[in-house]
Amino acid sequence: MNMMEIKNFSFTYAKASKPSLKNINLPIKKNQITALIGPSGCGKSTLLRSLNRIHDLYPGNKYEGEILLYNPQTNEYENILELKKENEFINLRQRVGMIFQKPTPFPMSIFDNVAYGLRLNGIKNKSELETRVEEALKGAALWNEVKDRLKASAMGLSGGQQQRLCIARAVALKPEILLFDEPTSALDPISTGAIEQLVAELKKDVTIAIVTHNMQQASRLSDYTAFMYMGELIEYNKTEKIFLNPDEKLTEDYITGRFG
Amino acid sequence: MSGKLFKNFSFFSATISLILLIAIFTTLYYYASDAINTFGFWDFITGTQWEAGEDDEGGIFGGAIPIVGSLLTTAIAMIIALPLALGIAIFLTEIAHEKLIKPVSIAIELLAAIPSIIYGMWGLFYLAPLVQKYFGGAGIGLFSAGVVLAIMIIPFIASITKDAMNTTPNVLKESAYAMGATKFEVIKDVVIPYAKTGIIGSIILALGRALGETMAVAFLLGSVMKFPKNLFDTTTSIPVILANTFSEAEDLELSALFYLALILFALSFIIISLAKFYFLRNKEER
Ligand SMILES: Nc1ncnc2c1ncn2[C@@H]1O[C@H](COP(=O)(O)OP(=O)(O)OP(=O)(O)O)[C@@H](O)[C@H]1O
Ligand SMILES: [Mg+2]
Repeated sequence: MNMMEIKNFSFTYAKASKPSLKNINLPIKKNQITALIGPSGCGKSTLLRSLNRIHDLYPGNKYEGEILLYNPQTNEYENILELKKENEFINLRQRVGMIFQKPTPFPMSIFDNVAYGLRLNGIKNKSELETRVEEALKGAALWNEVKDRLKASAMGLSGGQQQRLCIARAVALKPEILLFDEPTSALDPISTGAIEQLVAELKKDVTIAIVTHNMQQASRLSDYTAFMYMGELIEYNKTEKIFLNPDEKLTEDYITGRFG
Repeated sequence: MSGKLFKNFSFFSATISLILLIAIFTTLYYYASDAINTFGFWDFITGTQWEAGEDDEGGIFGGAIPIVGSLLTTAIAMIIALPLALGIAIFLTEIAHEKLIKPVSIAIELLAAIPSIIYGMWGLFYLAPLVQKYFGGAGIGLFSAGVVLAIMIIPFIASITKDAMNTTPNVLKESAYAMGATKFEVIKDVVIPYAKTGIIGSIILALGRALGETMAVAFLLGSVMKFPKNLFDTTTSIPVILANTFSEAEDLELSALFYLALILFALSFIIISLAKFYFLRNKEER
């Protein structure tokens, strides 16, 4: 089943003369991990950032085509490119969470970081907040390391812990989809391993799309892989197929490290 | 060779400024010592009389009124300036359209460059009649002086706060938006906490500026040696009494004026040191 369907999608930045994404068609399958790979500047981040409309913080960008998001409540797909009102964006971003390349803890305590989205959602009850924060921290495999210093500033955590905190913060909202933009490229190998394991476990509850430059990571972690090149989707298939026997010469060249 | 020359020169300049600072302090202390010996510290800052003796011999001098006047005008100015300056800074960093940011920022920096006597004149000829019309009283007084001071320090606080807010990394704001925060929530929960040390630094610098301001306030405070009865009443402040009384004062009164100057110097010095402390800490955190 597809959680998202990207159809004939093109994207042009406000001041750009040419589109950065051209006619993309791509499904994001439910409870699966979809990896986006391709050389620098091919449009991976641009595509990912379209899926929660975070581009709209900056005016003047142009979307064409459709991005359909499955709504489990109504059993229907809605085109997120049609959203206009602030509360519609808020709702979308709570359903489609995002983790960035660099850890971005807020300048507040560990507890408040994780409780942040819940409080925005209007949850004030202290014991409910405590349970949901604990649940999220456990879900992000961080609970044991921070349970004695929940009131301490999140800035004091290590980079890898901060990134897991950001995942906990997103997971706390119980999103349907999580978008990861190179979540481990700023981390050491051990933290990277921890995050990869975490992402693999999250898959049973959420649908995941992940951008990565690391071919091993993509092949270890993902179920489906999309290869992009110069704003176009070159090939999309099951990860084994892409890595073992790609249809396109370009894909093969990239995967075997002949360019990029 | 020229490197060495430059090093010597900058060392020389740095030393000069330190010597100047100490020299000013010593001079103030030297001339104030008569008053310090006569009234002590506590009696001087709580004393409300300012009366020269017969033939300018002796007399009783207490600094309470100008000290309170200084603190009150500064407090009123801060209460008015702070929300407005924060509003301007938020508008310029988070809300204003790109095309508006440059001209408004420049206008604000120009406002900061206007000599204070011009603010004083504007206050006397425009603001005071307006205050009189709407609130009664003499027009001049605590409130008018506070407003003019506020207008003077707003650009100051606004531009430093704006710069501090601009240092908030985009990804940090984006990650709050990505959790479904509204613009208001992002400003309140991310931008302001992130810029906090910078904002506090700007406030303290503005405090120092407001405390020492003479010209803008001299016209508007009334310079009468009495406590104000209400917000619109006249009173005096340390810089104002210095500017108005200095040329005629002799002996003990002159010494008492130096004592007041010393107190103002100490107040400003403490405030500026605090500001520096905050700025340094701000840098270390980045
Ligand atoms: N704000 C912007 N305005 C205009 N063009 C942009 C903007 N951001 C990115 N681009 C352009 O869009 C194209 C795609 O960029 P994008 O950041 O999506 O690439 P990417 O695949 O994520 O690269 P990387 O692997 O280096 O992160 C690039 O050509 C880039 O120059
Ligand atoms: Mg990218």
